[in-house]
Amino acid sequence: MTSVSIRNLEIRYGQHVVMDKLNLDIRDGEFLVLLGPSGCGKSTLMNAIGGLTDASGGSIHFDGRDVTWADPKDRGIGMVFQSYALYPTMSVRRNMSFGLRIAGVDRAEIDRKVAWAADILQIEHLLDRKPAALSGGQRQRVAIGRALVRDADIFLFDEPLSNLDAKLRAELRLEIKKLHNAIGSTMIYVTHDQIEALTLADRIAVMKGGVIQQLDTPLNVYNKPANEFVGGFLGSPAMNKVDGGFETRDGSLVFDTGAFALDVDDYPFDQRVESGQKATLGIRPEHINPANGSSKHYSGKLSLIEPMGSDILGWSDFDGISLSHRLSQEDHYTVGDSFPVSMDVRKASFFDQATGNRL
Amino acid sequence: MTTAELIAPAARRPVTSQHLWGRVGIYAFLFAMALFFLLPLYVMLVTSLKTMDEIRLGQIFALPAQITFEPWVTAWSSACTGLDCTGLRVGFWNSVEILVPSVVLSILLGALNGYALSFWKVRGANVLFACLLLGAFMPYQVFIYPLVRFYAQIGIYGSLPGIVLTHVIFGMPVMTLLFRNYYSALPSELFKAARIDGAGFWAIFISIVLPMSVPITIVAVIMQVTAIWNDFLLGLVFAGRENLPMTVQLNNIVNTTTGERAYNVNMAATILTSLVPLAVYLASGRWFVRGIASGAVKG
Repeated sequence: MTSVSIRNLEIRYGQHVVMDKLNLDIRDGEFLVLLGPSGCGKSTLMNAIGGLTDASGGSIHFDGRDVTWADPKDRGIGMVFQSYALYPTMSVRRNMSFGLRIAGVDRAEIDRKVAWAADILQIEHLLDRKPAALSGGQRQRVAIGRALVRDADIFLFDEPLSNLDAKLRAELRLEIKKLHNAIGSTMIYVTHDQIEALTLADRIAVMKGGVIQQLDTPLNVYNKPANEFVGGFLGSPAMNKVDGGFETRDGSLVFDTGAFALDVDDYPFDQRVESGQKATLGIRPEHINPANGSSKHYSGKLSLIEPMGSDILGWSDFDGISLSHRLSQEDHYTVGDSFPVSMDVRKASFFDQATGNRL
Repeated sequence: MTTAELIAPAARRPVTSQHLWGRVGIYAFLFAMALFFLLPLYVMLVTSLKTMDEIRLGQIFALPAQITFEPWVTAWSSACTGLDCTGLRVGFWNSVEILVPSVVLSILLGALNGYALSFWKVRGANVLFACLLLGAFMPYQVFIYPLVRFYAQIGIYGSLPGIVLTHVIFGMPVMTLLFRNYYSALPSELFKAARIDGAGFWAIFISIVLPMSVPITIVAVIMQVTAIWNDFLLGLVFAGRENLPMTVQLNNIVNTTTGERAYNVNMAATILTSLVPLAVYLASGRWFVRGIASGAVKG
């Protein structure tokens, strides 16, 4: 078990700056997910932690030990890749034991470790097969086994499930989580899939343009996005965004979008806002629901229905502003219906229009 | 929509006369071309099986009236090159002695070069590679005189190591290109995984990269065997009197001007000399085409 500290990490390719002054602390035994769109620097950051990409500046420490210039093999890491990266000419057993054989560990010890890892991952029956004779899910298990066998202190997962189909992905996701609970190693996991991030992580670091936008628990990242990018990146169906401004009416603060005005007295502001200030409202579809009596509601005209299995998503028009929202499973709706909805302003987010930061 | 009445299709695709004549034309052309290219081989074969008396009749397309294998035996073991009458046998073994180390060394070095260039981010790798490529397009003749001087200086001129080294050097650009292209198609994650497993430059090359190189190595062997076996110029210049390859000895046999020209022996000797590359081509046509397709064949 190992903690990771990254201080002022800088990565450049020639003149191109990928990462500038990045700081990150990963706790002992933590499952940290690096989440972001492609090209956000998450894989670069992971490669730097693994020692596969040289830092141009700053430092990386494992348990306080400086490993900035250490060889990948001396860092006590195991890495699992998107393309599995199994050695195609070796059997599963030899794939898993390759690192130990290079290190000159004795045979009995190698056999014991391989058997142990194969047992955890339930791949004993595959040990004498070549990777080509395995399915995608089995290959990824073997790749995880290869990291396990090495007794890695830190596991690095580089989009390990992206090449698998949806069902297998969910299955293996669960197994990775179980594995983390079982062995308790520090795990760093790169993905662009928000479901993986939300389900697996102790904490998520949302990245964009080589900068960590928010580092927090999955619930906080989802419910209290630090800025407009994070709010928009997480959540499927996506968060609704509406521009408008704050005003004081009858002694209480409202957010006026032009089409409707939202009473925001209940919203937990992080910063003081003033009357007349412009902002963007971000509200998730599940926080707009068909109204049931008491609360304040807004009338919209249903223009589209998207059944999603567990939920039914509707798109309604509110005087020129189209918002997606949840529909009740029990009632029957038809396109063109007009009906009132309530918006849960306590669960919404407001973002500064200039900086994009949460208000 | 109403269900339309479907017309039953013909049992097979209808043959139009235009289509038919097109086919006939193609086959006629292919047959004519095959004949054109096979004719010299046919003439060589029948001539090598005739006696000199029959050859003097001048009917080069006629089948031999009486088949004789005498010219083949002569060509192999007793044809004269100048004063020396030991046939092609010596040249054959000379060629084998040149071929085996040259092929093995040039392929090993090419694979190593390709591996280093595509997996290890060597500083200035692109410049190095461009220089190697430039070497691939330089005519051999340019290098001969400087190489002769250089070999003479270090004392390997006209020796087996000299000719082997020459073949290794001249094979290097194409072999490097071949292996580099093949390796650059392998996922770089494989290489990263091996580094995390603690493998260094040689361990990765020997345990992971080489075992994956079987297909491209077969292609390389075919290319190098045919190129080195067919070489005449380098063998003549660098091999020295004791190690002259088969091609040079063939030339000496065919061009011996004293006495009567033994056409049947010449033909037999020529076929014998070309047997090795011919066998390689016939045994590995599919692989050879793959080698051409990987974009690394030089004329």
